[in-house]
Amino acid sequence: MATITTEGVRHVANLARLEFNDEETEHFTEQLTRILDYIGKLNELETDDVPPTSHIHPNQVFIMGSQTGAAHVAKPDVVKSSYPREEVLANAPEAEEGYFGVPRVVDRSH
Amino acid sequence: MLYELTAHALHEKLKNREITAVELVESVYARIDAVEPHVKGYLTLTKDLALEQADRADIGFQQGDEMPPLAGIPIAIKDVICTKGVRTTCASKILETFVPPYDATVMTKLHEQGMVMVGKTNMDEFAMGSSTENSAYQITHNPWDLDAIPGGSSGGSAAVVSADTAICSLGSDTGGSIRQPAALCGVVGMKPTYGRVSRYGLVAFASSLDQIGPFTKDVTDCALLLNAICGSDTMDATSVGVPVPDFTQSLINDVKGLKIGVPKEYFTSALDAEIADRVHTATAVLEGLGATVEEVSLPHTEYAIATYYIIAPAEASANLARYDGVRYGYRNGNPEDLITMYKRTRSEGFGEEVKRRIMLGTFALSAGYQDAYYKKAQKARTLIKSDFDAAFEKVDVIATPTSPTPAFKIGERTADPLQMYLSDVMTTPASHAGLPGISVPCGFVESGLPVGLQLLGAPFAEEKVLRVAYTFEQNTEHHRQKPQIGTDGVVS
Repeated sequence: MATITTEGVRHVANLARLEFNDEETEHFTEQLTRILDYIGKLNELETDDVPPTSHIHPNQVFIMGSQTGAAHVAKPDVVKSSYPREEVLANAPEAEEGYFGVPRVVDRSH
Repeated sequence: MLYELTAHALHEKLKNREITAVELVESVYARIDAVEPHVKGYLTLTKDLALEQADRADIGFQQGDEMPPLAGIPIAIKDVICTKGVRTTCASKILETFVPPYDATVMTKLHEQGMVMVGKTNMDEFAMGSSTENSAYQITHNPWDLDAIPGGSSGGSAAVVSADTAICSLGSDTGGSIRQPAALCGVVGMKPTYGRVSRYGLVAFASSLDQIGPFTKDVTDCALLLNAICGSDTMDATSVGVPVPDFTQSLINDVKGLKIGVPKEYFTSALDAEIADRVHTATAVLEGLGATVEEVSLPHTEYAIATYYIIAPAEASANLARYDGVRYGYRNGNPEDLITMYKRTRSEGFGEEVKRRIMLGTFALSAGYQDAYYKKAQKARTLIKSDFDAAFEKVDVIATPTSPTPAFKIGERTADPLQMYLSDVMTTPASHAGLPGISVPCGFVESGLPVGLQLLGAPFAEEKVLRVAYTFEQNTEHHRQKPQIGTDGVVS
């Protein structure tokens, strides 16, 4: 397993939409290096023939609360109303004319 | 005092009209007035709402209606569970103003019972932590030693039950966040099988691990709360449709014929010697009551923390992408462009541990590293789960310590994240396998801090776990001990 550099931390921070000053970058680099060193322990395990587990009930899938053994979870496609617009927008930091407000995305000059 | 009693004892008094639900709320709030300033378990108190709900329960009792067993019982809710109209912060600045427009499924179920919500409890921000010190708002104190942490991440929910400022509570457990604080605060805490309880309205941390569960003063109350919250839900495709039994039927004071496995890998040098002693004493009690106790091996136990700190942060990094300052919560209002707004909002809104885990998870999922980290961890997870599958071929229930140490001092581990992560060494293995697990009080160390016994079952074998826990409780007195919190904040 690889380790992580300050450059790597800056790259990952950008992917995660976070920003750090130089001091924070150093700090996270140090800490993540230590944690990743510890995680390197997993290399002791021979896993070539081991299937990955993403979910603990992979073969146990249910539809509408009854066990069917089917491969997908589905529920009836029932049309119903969503939450009232004003209730949803009530939590928005900025709302305008029934929409969420964000900084300008498209440059007006183009 | 009413606030000291269990839900099932209070139900008898409510049913017999010896007390009213409103009196009960007043009693709990009197206790809150006396000790909450020292414990600081709550982020939000909802007394007016509680009195309204209690009033409704009282009308039912007065009319002689057949009332559910938890009607009128005051419950505290971890602030990671959405409560319609009541602020839900996840102990994060980024959700400081968030008021959910809907109830989590568990809240709907508690309302159907006629339960009374006392307030929302403190936690590690977004449930990431083992001490509740990662809350953006306050430090919660362990009622047994106000200088010690209550455990985490559901530290508030554990502390308020221990301090009698709630009769019971709900928490969430991703890698031990119910069981560990229950052990450290000397109460009963249970994580049901993954899929038993709907996660709809539980703010997501690590979706393949998160599960809601109860904190209670005894195992009977635990069974009652499980009855109330379990069951499949069309709003959560990972909730499982296996039938939900009446868990009170598992409250059988008898373990004859049951096999209890004690995994040797849990008794390492990292385990506090006094805790090892209390757990061995506990398994000896069960053996004396007719259970067969035998050693089992879970050889991949030592890889559980490394596996957890890949899988949980990876899932968290995806789940927490939604906090972007657009639809809810905090926003840095200055930036002129969208990307800078996202970055400043998230960097200012999230605390350090949350950022650390987002970084770790984003790294583990990033191009070039996904196979080496995330996939490797998923394979290790398979090995850990296979250990349990093999053990449950031989035994009914596995008994271990819940936490390697008793509650540590506030501030003791905050400088070293890895040291803090190792607090979860006894609880994360079962999380990977999705198993049901309970922590019950099994004694005290010399310094007076409580010790928890963790009992684990095969998936959906909650009934066996409850039966062993109940038998242990009925034949010991540990759960009757209460912390003595003086109104001056001194534990006498």
